[in-house]
Amino acid sequence: MSAQRPRLLRRIQGLMFKLPLMISCEDFEDFILDYLDGTLPSRQKFIFEMHMKLCRECREYLEAYRTSLELAKSTAQEEAPKQPVPEDLIAAVLAARKG
Amino acid sequence: MDDLLTALQNGDGERTQSFVREHIGWMLAVSNRIMRDPHHGEDAVQNAFAKIFDKIGQFKGDAAIKTWMHRIVVNECLMLMRKLRRTQTVMVDDLQPMYDKNGCRIEEPWVTMETPESLALQSDTRAQVNKKIMQLPDNYRIVLVLRDIEELTTLEVAEMLQVSEANVKVRLHRARAALKKLLEPLMRGLPE
Repeated sequence: MSAQRPRLLRRIQGLMFKLPLMISCEDFEDFILDYLDGTLPSRQKFIFEMHMKLCRECREYLEAYRTSLELAKSTAQEEAPKQPVPEDLIAAVLAARKG
Repeated sequence: MDDLLTALQNGDGERTQSFVREHIGWMLAVSNRIMRDPHHGEDAVQNAFAKIFDKIGQFKGDAAIKTWMHRIVVNECLMLMRKLRRTQTVMVDDLQPMYDKNGCRIEEPWVTMETPESLALQSDTRAQVNKKIMQLPDNYRIVLVLRDIEELTTLEVAEMLQVSEANVKVRLHRARAALKKLLEPLMRGLPE
């Protein structure tokens, strides 16, 4: 954790994020889901994006959050067509249907 | 469509076989994504077909048959999952973001961040991502899989799990945050 923001800068940012139209990093976290879903009202979206411009940690956090999500989606989708269906499974389904 | 439904209801062997062969592939893919275990995935598919044949007379045709079947296979996965006890899951609370006393995020700087495209070129990425998703406790993993991988809406997931939409959103965000933390070594290009 040596390359984190210096303590003084963190204190300044902490105070700055208390100003009107500003949110803390904790509040930023609460908006992420709706922001990515595109359902954040325009005023909140403006405030969210303002915080993102000022806060490198949240900017990088959101980027990593998005990347991990894309990774989960893309790996799940790529495995789908490669799954061969075992013939004995088909036989079992049909046998159960015949009773 | 009515012709197919009648044939299935009447137990027409040839039509039943072609119906099973047409749909079993995607159903198995869905159940494997949820169950993450091929044997359990196959069990869920068998149960789902039994339910489909049992309820085919109730299918109203107000939705595509594939949508109706998708819901059944997901429900069968959920039912099977409730019966199974998983071990070696992580504590989601331990993987949530951290803040200092000023409310500022504590995040290790990202010197490099691999992209999904670059990671896709590495042969073991899929296995590693699957392993991390599997480490999430079921009540978080299932929401992540249904919303982000099966692409159901928040409302659909809430109805399936019989919880509120707010609960789905909270679980989804916490699951995503935990997964991001678990995938960090991979995305930072660090060995595990």
